[in-house]
Amino acid sequence: MNTSVPFVEMRGIVKQFPGVLANDRIDLDIYRGEIHALLGENGAGKSTLMNILYGLYRADAGEIRIDGKVVHFDGPNAAIRHGIGMVHQHFMLVEPFTVAENIILGNEPHKGIRLDRRQAIAKVEELSEKYNLHVDPHARIADISVGMQQRVEILKALYRGAELLILDEPTAVLTPQEADELIVTMRQLVAAGKSIIFITHKLKEVLRSCDKVTVIRRGKKIATLPTADASLNELATLMVGRDVELTVSKTAASPGQPVLQVENLHALDNRGLPALRGITFNVRAGEIVAIAGVEGNGQTELVDCIAGLRQATEGKIKISEQEVTNLTPRQVQEAGVAHIPQDRQKRGLVLNFTVAENMVMRSYFRPPFSSGLTMNQGLAEGYAKNLVAKYDIRTPSVQTLARSLSGGNQQKIIVAREIDQNPDLLIAAQPTRGLDVGAIEFIHKELLQQRDAGKAILLVSLELDEIMALADRILVMYEGKIVGELSGEEATEEKIGLLMVGERGKGGETVAN
Amino acid sequence: MPTEQERPTLWDKLRAFWRNTDWESNLIVPLAAIAFGLLAGSIFVLSIGKSPLAVYKAVLDTIFGSKRSFLDVIGQATPLVFTGLAVAFAFRTGMFNIGAEGQFTMGMLVAGIAGIKLHWLPGPLLTLVCLVAGTLAGGLWAAIPGWLKAKRGVHEVINSIMMNYIALYLTNTLVLSKWLREPGYQATFEVPRKALIPNFMGTTANWGIILAVLAVVVVYYLLWRTKLGYEIRATGYSPTAAEYAGINVPNRLLGALVISGLLAGLGGAVYTLGVKRRVFQLFGFTGIGLDGVAVSLIGRNHPAGVILAALLYGVLYRGSASIQLSTGVPKQVVGIIQACIIFFIAADEIVRFLLKRFSRKGEAA
Repeated sequence: MNTSVPFVEMRGIVKQFPGVLANDRIDLDIYRGEIHALLGENGAGKSTLMNILYGLYRADAGEIRIDGKVVHFDGPNAAIRHGIGMVHQHFMLVEPFTVAENIILGNEPHKGIRLDRRQAIAKVEELSEKYNLHVDPHARIADISVGMQQRVEILKALYRGAELLILDEPTAVLTPQEADELIVTMRQLVAAGKSIIFITHKLKEVLRSCDKVTVIRRGKKIATLPTADASLNELATLMVGRDVELTVSKTAASPGQPVLQVENLHALDNRGLPALRGITFNVRAGEIVAIAGVEGNGQTELVDCIAGLRQATEGKIKISEQEVTNLTPRQVQEAGVAHIPQDRQKRGLVLNFTVAENMVMRSYFRPPFSSGLTMNQGLAEGYAKNLVAKYDIRTPSVQTLARSLSGGNQQKIIVAREIDQNPDLLIAAQPTRGLDVGAIEFIHKELLQQRDAGKAILLVSLELDEIMALADRILVMYEGKIVGELSGEEATEEKIGLLMVGERGKGGETVAN
Repeated sequence: MPTEQERPTLWDKLRAFWRNTDWESNLIVPLAAIAFGLLAGSIFVLSIGKSPLAVYKAVLDTIFGSKRSFLDVIGQATPLVFTGLAVAFAFRTGMFNIGAEGQFTMGMLVAGIAGIKLHWLPGPLLTLVCLVAGTLAGGLWAAIPGWLKAKRGVHEVINSIMMNYIALYLTNTLVLSKWLREPGYQATFEVPRKALIPNFMGTTANWGIILAVLAVVVVYYLLWRTKLGYEIRATGYSPTAAEYAGINVPNRLLGALVISGLLAGLGGAVYTLGVKRRVFQLFGFTGIGLDGVAVSLIGRNHPAGVILAALLYGVLYRGSASIQLSTGVPKQVVGIIQACIIFFIAADEIVRFLLKRFSRKGEAA
């Protein structure tokens, strides 16, 4: 193995999209046996660059060399033949198929025209043994956890002979524990001589798991440096191009009267199975209460119940002493609740509406925007212009479709709209999911400001960092119940993490209910 | 809260409109699709050994050949404006109202019945009553699948296709019944002359075109200048976001389908009063509701686009008769050309691709 010549060299890669120079003469060297982080904000050009390397896009200029030889990829199959594998953020697995079937798909061992199942399973077992990636070849994809599915994706790439694995935001879908396991897996793979490109915008992960990091900003390569020499703040500054406060400073809360009171709440999920099994808690004015938990433990259903988007089967919800159980979303809103929904593209915005139309989504029916049957578009646009300026939303105009804005700016529309309702209770469900550090900083500051203005804030998040940075009280949900409550000061990542996976009461004092 | 903004002048508004309109998807691609459709249609004409140029010349003659033929184009387009609008309106809420056919038929039938049975009413009032009755009949015919969709989640396509058949056979049953049938005719009695919508020079074109244009304006206003329109569009683009915004989604789905049915029903009433004068036995679907789907599609589900697309269809309808006479090409070829145009409109990515190819070749040359 020659370690002086990089396995992959990308030289002067240029890719122009209409109106955007996505990649501007980017160089990137990947050596064998290294984990190389590709760090940048959303829309910086990371994915474009990797799609070029994986043969999905063709570069307008520049060249790719593998083991020193220039190659041209006309599609992913060519890239795969040269030992490049990619695990996309959204998995490409066939759900009703088994693990083994998914891994061999596209390159099936066969006897004549018949699929050789026994050999397929043997091959999968051999691979999983070799790289210490344990899977059950017979399990169906639909039945295994997300972390396990990711492992199947990695095995699929290895089965096709990948020497270099491109992992696109691999930890976004994982629990903290699963993310730790993934990092161990990555270490084992590079120890066996593979290389890994790790696309991310999470700084901590870069420092924790990678050997080298290349920072990309607005289509340009800013720097490549060993992570041993880098600090969090340095990386953040390189990535955003200005100094960023990674953890917003926060004073002690001075909570007032309870605004939200939830009593013994029960509800079903979309499949009709119990999702909430007796939830009781309250949120007081002037405090941020965070709900922590692994995705799918009832957080979504809880928020939907409070917001009037899902029927409770039992229990009570009160806003400022007014009962709102099973009222319509409009009635809940009128009772003083604003809601930043977890799925901004499905719930929070109508993507094919303009910025202005989205800005009045929760107030269009009131004067001055509506009078009688008619609606005044001009006023809506004026109102939207003010909020766009106030919240520094980057959009060409208020007539631009929400679809064409970046995730961060889309989220800012929702935050601006909901805060401007001047609510008593603000529900923020995963308010920074998929956003970059600049936008996260902005949204965290807004939430704290709202708290200090005396609003009650219910924060639901899968990011422990976010919870630790903002919450005055932390409730941990597990299988539809609140299994623990911690104050902001006593909480540590480890304590929350244990409660999240249902390890009740380790540490004794943390169990409530 | 909104502050006093400088009132934009008309000029500013026009400029903003020009800038904010996606001309490529709304104008260039549809026009190119029509051109490609005509081109592809030529291949079929060539395959039967005739000259496509002669065919297209014959089609052009139908527009500019004589006043009467030009008026006939307008007359053919008028009912399509109504059904096209009906389908486009439903598309805006994310629903596929293929039931426009049945709603149109019911409009035709009920307007005819009202005209025949209420013949004692004074002229203008009788016209109005016929129009309203036909409109409501269309609305009712859409309300049934609309209600099933909103409250029971039953897909509107299945139900409205069944409603189309019910409308067809109900019409034939009533038309041929003693109650309505004029002896010796496969049709009802004539609607009294005083109730008819006057036509132009004895052609199919009639004053109903005014109602059609009015309907276009009303639909435009409804969609983009009213609260209901905002809610309907939000529901169409994203029912989940609409629900979050506090919109009663099932209610709006029902409402939109009913409005769609009213439009188709009005179209049917205008067709009876302005063109047919009585309700004939049907030997199959009128096709006007079904072609409304194509008109809506070609018109990009926009009220203004619907007018242009309906005119295109008017030309092709009228042209199909004259090409057979003047060139000997069977009129079914026009059906093939229509299909080619719809193919390219529906496959707009192919058109974009072809356009890119052509423009790149242009650069190279």
